[in-house]
Amino acid sequence: MTLIGWAQIALVLACVVAAAIPLGRYMAAVAAGHVTFLAPVERAFYAAAGIDPRQGQGWRGYTLAMLATNAAGFLLLYALLRGQGGLPLNPQGFDGLTPWLAFNTAVSFVTNTNWQAYGGEAALSYLSQMAGLTVQNFLSAATGMALALAVSRAFARGGVKDLGNFWADLVRVTLYVLIPLSLLVGLAFVAMGMPQTLAPYAEATTLEGVRQVVPLGPAAFQIAIKHLGTNGGGFFNVNAAHPFEGPTALATALQIWSQQVIPFGLALTFGAIVGDIRQGRALLLVMLAYVLAGTWAVYASETGGNPLHLALGIDAVQGNMEGKELRFGQALVALFTATTTGASCGAVNAMFDSFTPLGGLVPLFLIQLGEVLPGGVGSGLYGMLVFALLAVFVAGLMVGRTPEYLGKKVQAREVKLAMLAVLVLPAVILGFTAVALVLPAAVASIPAAGPHGLSEMLYAYSSAAGNNGSAFGGVTADTPWMNVTLGIAMMLGRFAYAVPVMAIAGSLAAKPRAVGSAGSFPTHGPLFAGLLAGVILILGGLQFMPALALGPLAEHVSLLAGKTF
Amino acid sequence: MNANMRPALAVVGLSTLLCGLALPLGFTGVAQLAFPAQANGSLVEREGTVIGSSLIGQGFTSERYFHPRPSATTEADSEKPGSTRAAPYNAAASAGSQAAPTSAALLQTLKERVAAEGRWPVPADAVTASASGLDPHVSPENAARQVERVAAARGLASERVRALVARHTEGREWGLFGEPRVNVLRLNLALDGLR
Repeated sequence: MTLIGWAQIALVLACVVAAAIPLGRYMAAVAAGHVTFLAPVERAFYAAAGIDPRQGQGWRGYTLAMLATNAAGFLLLYALLRGQGGLPLNPQGFDGLTPWLAFNTAVSFVTNTNWQAYGGEAALSYLSQMAGLTVQNFLSAATGMALALAVSRAFARGGVKDLGNFWADLVRVTLYVLIPLSLLVGLAFVAMGMPQTLAPYAEATTLEGVRQVVPLGPAAFQIAIKHLGTNGGGFFNVNAAHPFEGPTALATALQIWSQQVIPFGLALTFGAIVGDIRQGRALLLVMLAYVLAGTWAVYASETGGNPLHLALGIDAVQGNMEGKELRFGQALVALFTATTTGASCGAVNAMFDSFTPLGGLVPLFLIQLGEVLPGGVGSGLYGMLVFALLAVFVAGLMVGRTPEYLGKKVQAREVKLAMLAVLVLPAVILGFTAVALVLPAAVASIPAAGPHGLSEMLYAYSSAAGNNGSAFGGVTADTPWMNVTLGIAMMLGRFAYAVPVMAIAGSLAAKPRAVGSAGSFPTHGPLFAGLLAGVILILGGLQFMPALALGPLAEHVSLLAGKTF
Repeated sequence: MNANMRPALAVVGLSTLLCGLALPLGFTGVAQLAFPAQANGSLVEREGTVIGSSLIGQGFTSERYFHPRPSATTEADSEKPGSTRAAPYNAAASAGSQAAPTSAALLQTLKERVAAEGRWPVPADAVTASASGLDPHVSPENAARQVERVAAARGLASERVRALVARHTEGREWGLFGEPRVNVLRLNLALDGLR
């Protein structure tokens, strides 16, 4: 680790927080319908949909509207991916995807996971990338944000059913937040070297007379929303490590900023909606503390290098460079890694599969903690609020009082639903991984021998269920078994989590909002922040310790003992 | 559910038109006008022929050129359908090695590459495969080790080649971000220009 490395990390995070503060307030204004500079477009959406944006929905209505939109998005994307061979904007003449792969990919993008069982430049037409994947990048991000707004309103309101209107929330965050930011960031990306063209792949003849095909495409715009929406699905196979998708260190820094600014901003939006910005600030600081800890762990481990490799006579100064690009440097790789997994983005600018065992453990663990640090756009906030409810419940048990959060009594129904949501992740991850480790059809997908093989499979299902999308990329993902089970894990991770959370929101909205008294537990101070951080670590992380001990930790011990596989 | 069908289809349909067609196409137009070189892949031409992209690495092997980092990209094996074979710097299918830190095969590969280098310690980037398999850069230390070989193969004084490397060494962006590096394609192009 170097001082200049930490200076890069500090500057990027400072820019994230500095931008999240005004953005958080702005998004609260968007949620309230106060931002109207694209009113004609907005009205066109409402007219076509035949809805009244002022018509409030209860939690069931809101949730059903969300599910219907996601179902429609899935069907359209599936059809597009299957049929791309016969559709325009396909200069390389790619065939349609197989049913298994199209199913996996469509689920992946609708659930904001963006797991990639395909290689972009070798499988997808420009039309599929633009009208398919890019659209779902916007819609899945807006879906998460809409749900987070509905849950926030549940805390702000009392004695009502109304959580807002799903369609209005979806359209507003798309028009007023996601599109303007994507256009700005996208243009900066083009200036930094990302292609944006409809021309076919270029053919070059190198100085040594070798033919090289250079893939192109409408990449920059899609990459902008891919990070801003914490989607993470790369235009090219190796994602942000590709020299066109991450052309410079500055581009990678801007990508880190982009995949953090909305999730952090939403924590403050929550504070603004409930009328107490300090509440949002407490959540933001817990998120930031975990991001810093994760970054430190990756940075320390990767700059320390691989002892077996260094013993061969490799200079230690660059650290572990297998699977890393030279231009980024270890500091921005570490920050990218902690933010992309903490934020449920899933883009990568280095290959986690080749990280040192402890360096690879960090992204895996950050996903397993529940994708709330700061989590995906929207999904991170509502996940964090579930942990906040459990934290006040634990505090209430300790002092023998009925727990309250923001003036709302937290009772049996909310705690049961919160536990139901929190259990989805370990059940799906550990269940599917356990089955995959004994089933020959799944074991065949594991490339590495020894404990690393277990890590690879554990990572795949963690990434899918956590709606992250990053990978220990050596796994052969494009098989019927892997495509289908990972697709199911993604759906459960998204919807089996979101539905109980919306039920909690419905239940909370109906309760009166009590005024805090001297006996209330303040939820904006360091005591609560510490308790929340502890609950996340214990509830989110502890179930995975045995699996982590058999995977990355066992591999670390093997490495120290000089054992290879 | 029926009441949700029309709004769902309308919102997804309109979003596809707006976010999937109108915006990307309009954005392409703006990008082509504002930054045509970058938007078209930062292609490099010599005497009217495209010789590559300054952002995409190439697999130089001749003694007369500076060599890039090892690359783990592959291509379809025409002799064995369904399998792949090594094809360094195949830009049509970016890939890293995905080798585990405890991989015996990786350790063996590294041992062979380090042995071929001759002088120790070897800069890590000279023997490890990049994430994309298309890394266009090498470290200044890696380039410095190749100066004598390239100068000898071209019959040039090493000082001239060393000065050329120094001119093509890029610092950190804004003096802060990333790492110092040398773009191999640009350096080799300049090398061909030396008389």
